[in-house]
Order: sequence, then C-alpha cells, then structure tokens
Amino acid sequence: MSAPQLRHVGLNLRGSDLIEPSEAAIGIYGFWIFLMSDAVLFALLFAIYGTQLSATAGAPGPQAEFKIGPAFIETLLLLTSSLTFGLASIAMKYDRTRTGLVVLLCFTLVLGLAFLGFELNDFQTMFANGATPDRSGFLSAFFALVPTHGLHVTAGCIWIAVMLVQIGVFGLDDRVKLNLLRLGLFWHFLDIIWIGIFSVVYLQGILR
Amino acid sequence: MSGDELWYWLFGRLDAKALPFVRAYDHPVLSEFIGAGAGAMVVIGAVGVVALLTYMRWWRPLFLDWLTSLDHKKIGVMYVVIAGVMLTRALIEAVLMRTQQSLAINAPGIVAPEHFAQLFSTHGTIMIFFMAMPFLTGLINYVVPLQIGARDVAFPLLNSISLMLTAGGAGLVMISLAIGEFSTGGWSGYPPYTGKAFQPGVGPDYWIWAVTLTSLGTTFSGLNFAATIYKKRCPGMHLMRMPLFSWTALCTSILMIFAMPPLTLATALLALDRYADFHFFTNDLGGNMMNYVNLFWLFGHPEVYIIVLPAFGVYSEVISAFSSKELYGYTSLVLATMAIGVLSFTVWLHHFFTMGQSANINAVFGIATMTIGIPTGVKVYDWIWTMFRGEVRFTTQMLFSLAFIVTFVLGGFSGILLAVPPIDYVVHNTVFLVAHFHNVIIPGTLFGMIAGYQYWFPKAFGFRLVEGWGKISFVCWVVGFYLAFMPLYVLGLGGMARRSQALFEPDYRPWLIVAVVGAFLLLTALATLFVQLVVSVRERERNRVPVGDPWDARSLEWSVSAPPPEYNFATIPQVGRRDAFYWRKAARGAYKPADHYRDITVPKNSWVGPFVGLGGAACGFGLVWHIWWMTILGFAGVWITVVVRSFVRDTHRVIPAAEVEATDRRWLDQAASAHPIPRRLEESPENFGLAEPFPAPVPA
Repeated sequence: MSAPQLRHVGLNLRGSDLIEPSEAAIGIYGFWIFLMSDAVLFALLFAIYGTQLSATAGAPGPQAEFKIGPAFIETLLLLTSSLTFGLASIAMKYDRTRTGLVVLLCFTLVLGLAFLGFELNDFQTMFANGATPDRSGFLSAFFALVPTHGLHVTAGCIWIAVMLVQIGVFGLDDRVKLNLLRLGLFWHFLDIIWIGIFSVVYLQGILR
Repeated sequence: MSGDELWYWLFGRLDAKALPFVRAYDHPVLSEFIGAGAGAMVVIGAVGVVALLTYMRWWRPLFLDWLTSLDHKKIGVMYVVIAGVMLTRALIEAVLMRTQQSLAINAPGIVAPEHFAQLFSTHGTIMIFFMAMPFLTGLINYVVPLQIGARDVAFPLLNSISLMLTAGGAGLVMISLAIGEFSTGGWSGYPPYTGKAFQPGVGPDYWIWAVTLTSLGTTFSGLNFAATIYKKRCPGMHLMRMPLFSWTALCTSILMIFAMPPLTLATALLALDRYADFHFFTNDLGGNMMNYVNLFWLFGHPEVYIIVLPAFGVYSEVISAFSSKELYGYTSLVLATMAIGVLSFTVWLHHFFTMGQSANINAVFGIATMTIGIPTGVKVYDWIWTMFRGEVRFTTQMLFSLAFIVTFVLGGFSGILLAVPPIDYVVHNTVFLVAHFHNVIIPGTLFGMIAGYQYWFPKAFGFRLVEGWGKISFVCWVVGFYLAFMPLYVLGLGGMARRSQALFEPDYRPWLIVAVVGAFLLLTALATLFVQLVVSVRERERNRVPVGDPWDARSLEWSVSAPPPEYNFATIPQVGRRDAFYWRKAARGAYKPADHYRDITVPKNSWVGPFVGLGGAACGFGLVWHIWWMTILGFAGVWITVVVRSFVRDTHRVIPAAEVEATDRRWLDQAASAHPIPRRLEESPENFGLAEPFPAPVPA
C-alpha cells in the first residue's frame, strides 16, 4: 500500500510527507471560503455599477473616458501574470531547486506592478479630464469597483514580496508552501475578476 | 503652523464640546445630564475595571490566560462577556426610551429629540451587532468543537482576531458615550439621512466603523466555523450524526459568509460618500439610496436567521436533554434549518414594501416570506413531539424553551400578517412592527442564548447555576416581555409611529405605562440573572459537577470533564451513530481510559488578536475624528502585525502524553468515585456530574 496521497482543493504537492494532508486541506479550504465571500463583495460592486451606469449626471461617461488600448494592455499583463504564477506553482511542485519558483514569482510581481502602473495612469488621465468620483453616481461606482480590484492586486503584490522574503528565510517549508498555494488562488481569482471588469466595464462602456 | 492647525493635526475635530460633561455644563438640562451620566458610567466603569484588575493583580492572568489565548473555549467565554456588558447598556437604553414615551404625551419628557434618536440607534445597533452576535458566536465557539469531537476550530488565530475585531467595534460604541455622540439614523443607518449633508457630525461615523469592524470579524467567524464543521469532525461524525446545535451553527456560518459582505460594502460605500464626496446614496448627482436599502437588507434579512438559528439549535439540545428523549424528527429539523437558510436570501424586500416597487414584486416577496413559516412550523412540531411522553423536567433552561415555543409562534403570526403587503402598508413604520420583531427576536434569540448559557455553564465552569434565581429571572423575563411588547401591538394598530420622541394622543397613555412597567421588569430580569451568577459563584462548592454530565445529555461535549481540558479530548473520539455519548453510556462504555495516550499539539498564545483589534479600533477612532495619524498608525499596525506573524514559526507547543494521561486518569477516578444520580436528584448537591442513564438499561 502506498501512503495516502495529499489531496486537497488546491494544487496537490509531491512529497506529501512535508505537510500533513488534513492540515493542508483545511488551510486551503478555508481560503476558498474566504474567496467566496470576497466574490460576493465583487458581485455586489458589479451590481451597483450596473444600476449606476446611466447616472452620469452631466459628468463624463463611459464612452468619453474608457480607452480600449490601456485596458487591453492591462488585461494582457494580468493574464500573463496568472500564467507565470501557474508556472511558479508547477515549479514549486517539480523543480528541486528554488530558482524557477523565485524567478517566476519575480516575473509575476513585475507584471502585477506594471498592471498597477497602467491602471494608475488611467485614473490619472480620468482625473485630469475632470472625471472624478465626486461628479456623478456613475463615476462613484466606477471608482469603487475598479480600484477595489486594484487594491486587491496591490495586496497580492505585497504578499508576493513577503513570500519571496520567506522563501529566502525559511526555504520551502510547509507554511511557505501552503501560503504560496493560497496566494496562487488569490492571484487567479483577481484575474477572473479583472476579466469581469474588462468585459462589463471597459468593453461594454466602449461598445455602447 | 498655527495652534488650530496643530490641534487639528493632533486631535482632528475633537474639541471640548465632544465631552458630554462639557455639554451638560453648558446646557444644564435633564437630557444633557442623562447623557453626561451615561458617559460618566463608561468612564467610572473603565476606571473601576482597571482598579479591580490592579488590586487583584489580575493583569497578567487577564492577558496571558485570556486575551492572548487561542483556545476556542476561552474565546467563546470572552464573546459571551462582551454580550453581557453590551446587553446591560442596551437594556438600560430601552428602559430610558420607554420612560420617555410614557412621560412625553403632550409634554417634553426627559430626553431631547436628538438624544432620543441616539438612544434608539445605539439600542438597535448594540442589540444586534454587539449582543446577539457575540452571544451566539460565543456559544458556537465554546460548544461546536466539543460537539463534533475536535480539539479546536480550524483557524484558532483567526478566531482570536475575529473576537478582537468585534471587541474593537464594541469599544467604539462605548467610547461614543463618553466622547462625541452616536448616529441618530437608527440601527439600519439609512442614507441620505446618515449622509454628510444631513449629519456632518461624528455620529454616523461611529456607527459605520463600529459596524464595519464587527462585520469583518463576523465574516471571519463564519469562515472559521464552516471550515471547522466541514473539516474537523471526528471519525464517524457524519454530517447527519451531528448534534442539531452544530447543524444550526453550520447554517449560520454559511449565512455569515454570504450575508456579511453586503453589510461591509454598504458601510464602506456610505463611508466613501461621507469622506470622499462619492455619490452612491446622496440625493444629487445620480446617487440612489435604494442601492443602500437593498444592500443593507440583503445582509439584514439573512442576519435575522443568523441570530435565530443558533437559538433553535440550543432549544433542540435543551428540549431533548430535559425530556430524556432523542430529538424527534432529526432529519426534518436539519432540512428545515437548511431550507430556512436558503429562503432567508429570498425575502429581503419585505423590509421595504412601501418603497415603490410594483405590486407584483411585493407579492412575490410576500409569498416567499410566508413560505419561511413552513419550515419553522415543522421545527415547532418536532420540539413538541420531542417532549411527548418524555421525562420532562422544568429547569430554567427548559422553561425558557417552553416560553420560546409559545411566544415565538405568536411573533410568527404577526410576521405572517406583516408579510401581506397591503397590511404592511397600513402598519408600516408603526410600533406594531417594533412589537413584531421584538416578539420574534427576544424569544427567538435572547431566550435561546440565556437557555444555552444556563445549559452549558456547568460544562464551562464545572458548577451549576443555582435554579432558584434562574426561575425568578425566567419569570421576570417572560412577564416583562409580555407587558413591554403586547401593548405595542395595540398602539401600532392605533397608529403610533415608531421612534417617536413625543406623542400627542392621550389615549396611548395606559398602554405606554404598561409597557414601561414591562421594561423595568426586563431590567430586573437582567439584574436577577447577574444575581444568579454571583450567588452561583459563591455556592459553587455545593453545585460542582466535575465529572461533566449533569443533565444526562447525549452529545460529545458532555463526555469530557467540566471544565474540559485545554485539548478537549484526551483521545479523539470515534462515533458510530447519532447521540454518541448517550449510547456509549447505555453500553457502559463511557468513562474508560484510552488504550494509549499521545502527545497533543496545541496552538501557543498569541498577541496578534489583541494587536489587530486595537489597531482596528484605533483606525476607526481616527477616522471618526479625522485624526489621520491615528488612522494610518492603526491600519498599518494591523497589517504589520499580520505580516510579522507570518514569519513566526514557533506557534505550537506540545502537551506530553504523560500529562494528558495523568489528567485523564484523575478525572476518571473522580467519575469512578462519584455516585450516579437519577434525574429527580438533578438539581440537588448530590449531582456530581455523573448521570444514572435514563431509561435504565435493561440487564442482558
């Protein structure tokens, strides 16, 4: 009989002797529940955005303010960062050295920061055009939904940085691995939310 | 920098006028004196606690044994303590409001309109967020891991953080008595009235940040309990073998996970409106207050079931234990619980039938609302059938359960009335509604929590609460409730608007006087509950139940000593069927040593929870008064604490097997030397916590 495999609702790691399976399962499971709760938050922000679409109150509206170019670049950056994080997770599982993992995490971090840079630039442009949240219900909803995602990405970037330090300090111990699995879920979750934002906010706003 | 600028930099918009004592000095009227008196009580209370802790040299144990503890049992007890303190304040406020209304018929009464509005706002906010929620969270925390055979919750540190966030929110509400003022916008805080245009002061900000802190804490609690119940059950404890309290805890946790985000969002967006000139809920520039109302009740209705379901769980346990029968219709109770959980998300609109939807939409939500009556009715019948031909003992817990069944059904009936939109239009915003929701929440939550407190107290502290004072308290609670709230039905049908500071209809007077008598009786009831606690502590030697099973109960939490060891179970139990402990007792298999004992790993104490709670409260206080350095410090403090903690690797300690074995054998010796007592001696000093199984097992 082989030892029971490590099975939980995240990426299953090899070498199950490192983490006690039930502990890992609980840790990942709890984080799924957290994401579910967070998803409710975003769902409601989307709903509010939907109800406020026409509440422009004379201030600049979607067509005037949304630019497909930067939004598309942001999408590419974030999707690519999800790919690099996925590769990082695979590296954690199969690569015996830590180099692959660290390099890929650094890539992810850079892509995330680049995304934030582009997004901040977007906001700055909008502010320069007088599209500020105090002008209308629509802009309020926009500046609640999109920056909430941005804040999540910021938190994710800080988290990646912390994890890089922890890999340096502790190597790949159980808790580092578990936290990287959780961080991975978080990062991919933000990607999914961004796809929603790109489709519902930017594409819909430009095509209307 | 001028003096004013420096002041603003250091203290934001705090000034001398923020202190109720200064306000009372400037305007020496009764209403201000009452406010100053309340503020003084907070200050004196705080000073008194500090003095007591210092005098008794309790600071070290307070921090090292309690505040930093990650033990789910201690965290549960601390939650209940918060609930007790906050209940006291909110009940005094209720008495003050009833007094005002009984006096202010064509007369000014004793509190000014602004003051009265703060009273009903804090009363509601506290009773829901800082009484009902901590109470039930405390009971769940204490009981559920024991019931499902676990050593702790899934995330002990997160548990401590939840507690401290809730404590931080409660602290903000208490501080608002002594510094500044509270919102006048009711517990639901509807904008635009709570927006900047109408209330530029600090009141709504206190409400926003207190509620936000506890809302986050509750989300984490829900997450924690759900993960615990799904993942930490002992071998053999299938879902359908869990005690019913654990089922209701699971359902409540799921509701918390889904229903708290709307509240967090509602308060966050309202804060954006107030702090950053956003236009979510303002009257101008495209704001839409209906979004707030929908968000709030998207939380608010499930919240009703968050606070009611655990009480249903308590009643299920109590009625089964004190009838010496297994729960009737277990499966139907589980299904009814989960059905209520689902339906609770489909009825939120009935909180605002009159706000302009079409009649068809109102009809849909009205019908959905009435549907909830069906699973609830199923439960009532199940409880009645559980008692049928049982060995029913009328202990305090059981009396509360019986009073609940009758009273809650009455409240349910008035709820069915209100679910009919045309009737709702007529009695909308009257005290009929006030009577209705008190009629369901008081029996449906408070009585349940008190019953649970009486039921599990011996488990937590090793001695029973005295019955005499319990029964006196019970009579006061129930009679007080009927006197205080039945008149409100009459007054509501007579057209009396809720939240009225002054009244102009002399015919209301007799009913209002009955109601104020009821309110004072309820305050007496609370006082007698505290007397019961004090007397019980004094007489604890007479009422010790160290063996741990004073009521001949059926689930696993009774299978360990009272109080249980830190790790709950010396060996993780194996479960073969429902009511595991009962069947183990019947088969003479209880109180047996384990084959061999192992080392047990438990989490070390941690300061993370207290730091996060303190940081959160400081952040909130800074936001309320625009003291930005404090806001930043608090916020950064929270996150730095969390990040630093992630670098701590030494988080657990091991209790050696020998120590576990010694503790277990000591307890087993106690059990062996105790005399098993039959149910009729349950309330006598002979009850040492070892029950003679009932019905007595037939000799083979």
